[in-house]
Amino acid sequence: MFDKTILEEVRKLKEGYDASVEKSLGKQPERRESFTTGGGIPLKRLYTPVDIDGVDYEKDLGLPGSFPYTRGVQETQYRGRFWTMRQYAGFATAEDSNRRYRMLLDQGTMGLSVAFDLPTQIGYDSDHHMAAGEVGKVGVAIDSMADMETLFDGIPLDKVSTSMTINAPSSVLLAMYIGVAEKQGISMDKLSGTIQNDILKEYIARGTYIFPPKPSMRLITNIFDFCSKNVPKWNTISISGYHIREAGSTAVQEVAFTLADGIAYVEAAIKAGLDPNVFGKRLSFFFNAHNDFIEEISKFRAARRLWARILKDRFGVTDPKALPLRFHTQTGGCTLTAQQPENNIARVTIQALADVLGGTQSLHTNSMDEALALPTEKSVRIALKTQQIIAHESGVCNTIDPMAGSYAIESLTNEIETQAMEYISKIDEMGGMMAAIEKGYVQKQIQDAAYDYQISIEENDRVVVGVNKFTVEEEAGSLQLLKVDESVGTNQAKKLKELRDSRDNIAVKNALDSIREAAKDESANLMPAILDAVRCYTTEGEICGVLREEFGEYKENIVL
Amino acid sequence: MIDKALSGDVRAIARLISEVESETPRSEEIMRAMYPHTGRAHIIGVTGSPGSGKSSLVSKMIGTLRRQGKTVGVIAVDPSSPFSGGAILADRIRMQEHSGDPGVYIRSMGSRGSLGGLSKTTYEGALILDACGKDVVIIETVGVGQSEIDIVRIADTVCLVLVPGMGDDMQIMKAGIMEIADLFVINKADREGADKVAAEVRLMIKMFHTGDGWIQPVKMTSAATGAGLDELHDTIEGHLKHVRSSEEGAERLKKRLQWEVEEIVRRRIAKITESAWRERREERVIEKLLNKETDPYRVAQEVLDSAMGDFRSGQLL
Amino acid sequence: MSDRKIRVVVAKPGLDGHDRGAKVIARALRDAGMEVIYTGLRQTVDQIVDTAIQEDVDAIGISILSGAHHHYFKAIIEGLAARDASDVIVFGGGVIPESEIPDLVKMGAGAIFGPGTPTSTCVKWLEGAVAEKRKAE
Ligand code: B12
Ligand SMILES: Nc1nc2c(ncn2[C@@H]2O[C@H](COP(=O)(O)OP(=O)(O)OP(=O)(O)O)[C@@H](O)[C@H]2O)c(=O)[nH]1
Ligand SMILES: [Mg+2]
Repeated sequence: MFDKTILEEVRKLKEGYDASVEKSLGKQPERRESFTTGGGIPLKRLYTPVDIDGVDYEKDLGLPGSFPYTRGVQETQYRGRFWTMRQYAGFATAEDSNRRYRMLLDQGTMGLSVAFDLPTQIGYDSDHHMAAGEVGKVGVAIDSMADMETLFDGIPLDKVSTSMTINAPSSVLLAMYIGVAEKQGISMDKLSGTIQNDILKEYIARGTYIFPPKPSMRLITNIFDFCSKNVPKWNTISISGYHIREAGSTAVQEVAFTLADGIAYVEAAIKAGLDPNVFGKRLSFFFNAHNDFIEEISKFRAARRLWARILKDRFGVTDPKALPLRFHTQTGGCTLTAQQPENNIARVTIQALADVLGGTQSLHTNSMDEALALPTEKSVRIALKTQQIIAHESGVCNTIDPMAGSYAIESLTNEIETQAMEYISKIDEMGGMMAAIEKGYVQKQIQDAAYDYQISIEENDRVVVGVNKFTVEEEAGSLQLLKVDESVGTNQAKKLKELRDSRDNIAVKNALDSIREAAKDESANLMPAILDAVRCYTTEGEICGVLREEFGEYKENIVL
Repeated sequence: MIDKALSGDVRAIARLISEVESETPRSEEIMRAMYPHTGRAHIIGVTGSPGSGKSSLVSKMIGTLRRQGKTVGVIAVDPSSPFSGGAILADRIRMQEHSGDPGVYIRSMGSRGSLGGLSKTTYEGALILDACGKDVVIIETVGVGQSEIDIVRIADTVCLVLVPGMGDDMQIMKAGIMEIADLFVINKADREGADKVAAEVRLMIKMFHTGDGWIQPVKMTSAATGAGLDELHDTIEGHLKHVRSSEEGAERLKKRLQWEVEEIVRRRIAKITESAWRERREERVIEKLLNKETDPYRVAQEVLDSAMGDFRSGQLL
Repeated sequence: MSDRKIRVVVAKPGLDGHDRGAKVIARALRDAGMEVIYTGLRQTVDQIVDTAIQEDVDAIGISILSGAHHHYFKAIIEGLAARDASDVIVFGGGVIPESEIPDLVKMGAGAIFGPGTPTSTCVKWLEGAVAEKRKAE
């Protein structure tokens, strides 16, 4: 990237510097013997043009909005428009969550992001015995389309984009969303939003799986197919590294395992007869941001470049609209501490800034009470304002990819891409992501990293302010916490009973029969049958119950 | 507690196994009380390399046995850490669907330093389950790959689990595992390549099999789908019949009894000599050794001499 | 001389999928020389109680981050009592508001460890509690 003679000069200069530093180190040693990124990539004392000598500007960086998208996926990036500020929220009943969404929209949120409770995510109705104690606790409880109607009451679905964190039962919740839109008089082709729909990372890191891999992959490709024809503006999958990182992985592993999941989905869809030039446009990603500022910025840039290269070289994708890696980001939950929770505001700011400098398309900032409970309205507001401050006051959005060309950032971008590619090759050798999961390889890598992280804190090798250094005696419960009422479960069960008494149960039975039939026929698309079922208020648990009978259930693979 | 256990009380059974596993002073008494009640259960060993699906297979086998109304005891051995002595016992995870079934008792054990794929007291554990009324006792060995040979001494029927795509299947057989298996299970038959493994194994059997007696069957299963499990069950039953009725089987039982006595003797000797050595192992002795004033052989003899008193006094564990 | 190891079940009851902490704790207990039976996700109360009894453990360590702690601590402690197994120590951790800990302790939980607790603290506590329990036997 630089002129040979200039490089030679720099190299000489650097040699002089190294010699002089070596000399003074005896008297004044550095804080530690060696330095690494948060994820353990060795860091040099100083980066110079020599370190990025190999970078070919056009091939490796390019321009914003063009291959390989290292500098961003849009031509004008945030000068055009800011990222979508999207706060993940949902708790208790549909009424409660509806209230929170309206507050968020009033405060300037640009898109909704629905958190469902665990029974909903795992395909149990609120009155199922496995749901006891969990209804409405960590997200909103949705049993039937009736709940979904309440959830979006007064929110015109053609005006917002809605992201739903739903995976194993994605088809059911998407169908309910479509159903609600129909009731609002909005046709499905007008809808925009995202379903997470990423089952592989559920097996790896997140745990809300229901069915075994094969039928799960079928449900996913059914959705790809259905949406490409009927809901063209919908992002049909959000391939997620966030949870992999939160389960303990390093930044490199986050990129590697997420993209390896992506490869598996692309392969499955191609096998199902779909064209990656078409469905490639509807793939989206979801990443994390921890505290190591330069590592995180580099990570996003590396991920974009690597994904574009994979699509182009491996899958022969040519449509430039299908190549860019678009992603949502959430700041890193497990970096936030229960101790001195206000400090978390500072951590979130650093992380959010890294996301923006890394070129995210949408962002959730965690609240300061992250490690204590679901966030209160006040703490969510601060988290959202943090984004607004970055957008409007920091100035970093006024020129595109301002970190590019930094010797350290470009070096790390290269390094992360290389190391991630090594993991991907290893997974390829094992026979792909499914095989690697079955072997427990991915899970083991993540757990080892999680344990190392824990030990590094306990041995004071890694400082966490307020936890293992600069601790203070705190009065417990200084922060007001959100508490979900225990009555949500019983209320929800009562509502269910009323629903089952009042709906057209013959229609429900027929709908479930059709779903069963479609499930048996591997060449059928399940979406239409599921859509019919939700329209007559068949519950989520009933639909998933039939699918459980037909498909069986996944058993987790634990390698400790 | 012994009576309670013999009448099937789960807590009591669990306690007895712990006592024996920890080799407490009461363990010999416990085992003696168990002894008259043993010999009824069919002891099945399941062995094979790590991740071959042993636990998943055991879980499916439990299901089949339960449907036939049989009660089942399981002992699943996982490796202990050589550094801390601790262990994460994870076989049970795959059998959790049977937690809550009163006809099933599952017990996890750490190998606690033993290298043969079992722990020192796995056999005693199995005997307790036998005495306490389990119709079938299944033992899952550590998935160590090559040296899990202890199982052959204590099981009526040893199943060796192989899977397609391991590449080292042939290696395993060369290492002599061939002889320990009473039957071969090619698991993960839902995956490609199972037929090929089965064919290879059948060929090996042909090559190695000498003369008459039991010819090791080769069965294909999938613990994921449940395919082949009924047949596997029938084959295992068939083998038990063979063991219980043939010359070969009688020979095996005699060998086991011999081994049991030898094992008890060995353990006692080890225990007593170790404690005799511990008593003598003072600085002074070590110093003498260092200064070449004595030699290890002489010290060993002294240890044995002082241990002799303990042997005679019949001091047990 | 007998070698009586500490045996402990690390359990994830209900639908909660947060297993990072449970796995970290399981490894820490192992590295402290204990035998750890890890049951995996989505365990029912009956499964956990049954496992504890069959495995003759000294303690059940419950990890909950989904807010369902009240429900599950109560059910497991009652489940043990119903099986005449109240001597099994029940303890745990996860995201559990400080203000709700006394309630769990009143039910019979031995100790609750929240985010940021060094695993060595959990290990030491359990070693102490088991020693005490064994003295009483
Ligand atoms: C990591 C994480 C995730 C990861 C989990 C990855 C995994 N495989 O574990 C991912 C991203 C997948 C995730 C998902 C969700 N999460 Co989450 N997550 C967290 C987070 C950020 C950190 C938890 C963690 O692992 N910390 C690191 C480990 C080492 O710490 P730990 O578990 O606390 O364990 C320590 C102690 O608690 C204790 N301990 C824990 N267990 C035990 C057991 C014993 C026996 C002992 C002695 C000690 C002990 O010792 C450990 C060492 O110090 C917390 C917030 C936070 N900062 O705590 C939210 C949090 C727990 N998550 C939350 C929610 C809501 C969810 C979701 C349900 C959201 C949704 N609606 O979809 C999902 C669904 C997950 C599911 N399937 O259940 C909420 C729970 C709210 C509540 N309880 O009221 C929290 C508190 C965040 C928040 N404020 O909203 N999450
Ligand atoms: N496809 C397929 N996978 C299987 C089958 N049996 C087991 N598995 C998977 O193989 C992995 C290991 O299974 P386990 O039952 O734990 O194997 P194991 O031999 O007991 O393992 P160790 O006790 O650790 O040696 C898991 O992911 C199982 O789901 C099978 O028949 N088919
Ligand atoms: Mg096993």
